[in-house]
Amino acid sequence: MERHFDEQLQELKSHLMKMSAMAEVMIADAVKSVVERDADAISPVYEREELVNQMEIEIDENCLTLIALHQPAAGDLRFIMGAVKTNAELERLADEAVNIVQKAEHLLKTPPLKPFEIIPEMAAIARGMVRDSLRAFVSRNVDLAREVLLRDDRLDDLKAKIADVLTECMTQDSPAVPRALDLLLISRYLERIGDHATNISEITIFVVEGLDVRHHADQKRLVKRPYAPSQNAGK
Amino acid sequence: MSTDTVISVQNLDLFYGDFHALKRVPMSVKGRHITALIGPSGCGKSTLLRTLNRMNDLIPGVKVAGTILLEGQDIYASGTDVCALRKRVGMVFQRPNPFPLSIYDNVAFGLRVAGIMNRRSIEETVEHSLKGAWLWDQLKDKLQDSALSLPLDQQQRLCVARLLAVEPEVILMDEPCSALDPISTAKIEELMLELKKKYTIVIVTHNMQQAARISDYSGYMLLGEMIEFGVTASIFTTPQDKRTQDYISGRYG
Repeated sequence: MERHFDEQLQELKSHLMKMSAMAEVMIADAVKSVVERDADAISPVYEREELVNQMEIEIDENCLTLIALHQPAAGDLRFIMGAVKTNAELERLADEAVNIVQKAEHLLKTPPLKPFEIIPEMAAIARGMVRDSLRAFVSRNVDLAREVLLRDDRLDDLKAKIADVLTECMTQDSPAVPRALDLLLISRYLERIGDHATNISEITIFVVEGLDVRHHADQKRLVKRPYAPSQNAGK
Repeated sequence: MSTDTVISVQNLDLFYGDFHALKRVPMSVKGRHITALIGPSGCGKSTLLRTLNRMNDLIPGVKVAGTILLEGQDIYASGTDVCALRKRVGMVFQRPNPFPLSIYDNVAFGLRVAGIMNRRSIEETVEHSLKGAWLWDQLKDKLQDSALSLPLDQQQRLCVARLLAVEPEVILMDEPCSALDPISTAKIEELMLELKKKYTIVIVTHNMQQAARISDYSGYMLLGEMIEFGVTASIFTTPQDKRTQDYISGRYG
């Protein structure tokens, strides 16, 4: 029997999708402002941040009401709890885009340091992780969620690589230090975006399988899988 | 019917002899929504429900003061046709109470009482009503079976179908699921959510979670008073009265 409750869960999913699409555009604009030195890409990021903040509040209220009115259990409960946490992750990763444009505002006032392919590459990976982690969450696709977890390593590697390049740059050219620091921070923000997407993927695995994989708890055998949850729960 | 206020209860007092059962109760029932009345046993919620189609008239020693307007008309005004009122405002009871007749005759009963004899039109209404209560597919091939042979949840939905046949505006439900198991309860709840697209529903329930799941508006009653009435989502997340808070979070008593 299709429940009216399922329609409400569906609605919650579509709100999260909207929020994540918005965050993705913010990341794209933020990186564009840095890489293409495009000042016009800055203000839309701030405007979308307002919207994302508003959505965060609405989604939380929505989840609170669903819990209060429906007393969800099992898969439904894990899903709503996962939605609350995913909501917070999306809001924070949107904040990282704002952090990036704040650095861009600095950088645009000074001549370019030199072209870095690593920043756009990191941005592409981070955006893809956000999109796919959310897709995995709403479609209960744990294979995709696990695949997103693997991509985080590549992002960490790139961050280490750009840190080396920028350190080198700073040692040789002291007037470049402020700009290099800004770029270093930008790479850090992109890496954080990947971390938020990683968290969403871990939440997805918890929602679908009831298995807590955070901090490698599963590998450390901190969490035992107590039962085989129904694949239909919370669909 | 609009989604405006269909029933407006104002300053309603009700006495069973010396016992003051309802104390200046207000309530506003919105069309095509579900309104739930909750509260501990003896708080007056069933009494309030039964005033809405004057079922309490049948109890000796009942005195009612105050106003109940149905679409703007006072249902306690002298000269009110109580039978016509109960056709507009039907009731489903705690225990399914089909007549000891066939399934078909149960649904056709109200029509025949109303003097409709055209076989064809009765047949159409029976089919339509059973469909409305989600029974047609299961029962269409055994319409002549006794209604009493049905499982309880189907009996309860048959009682709903019997109401639908006379096209009420408002359906009152007095703990319609308390005799049913959780699966049957879920079916009745889903049916109510479907019915509210066309009808106005007022339900009394002991099951707070049921009120939360299905209703749009809730009223919390205690000792004959309407303590708090409002949008269900607000009542269950941010109640304004401490007594409501205590009751819905299970701290009552």
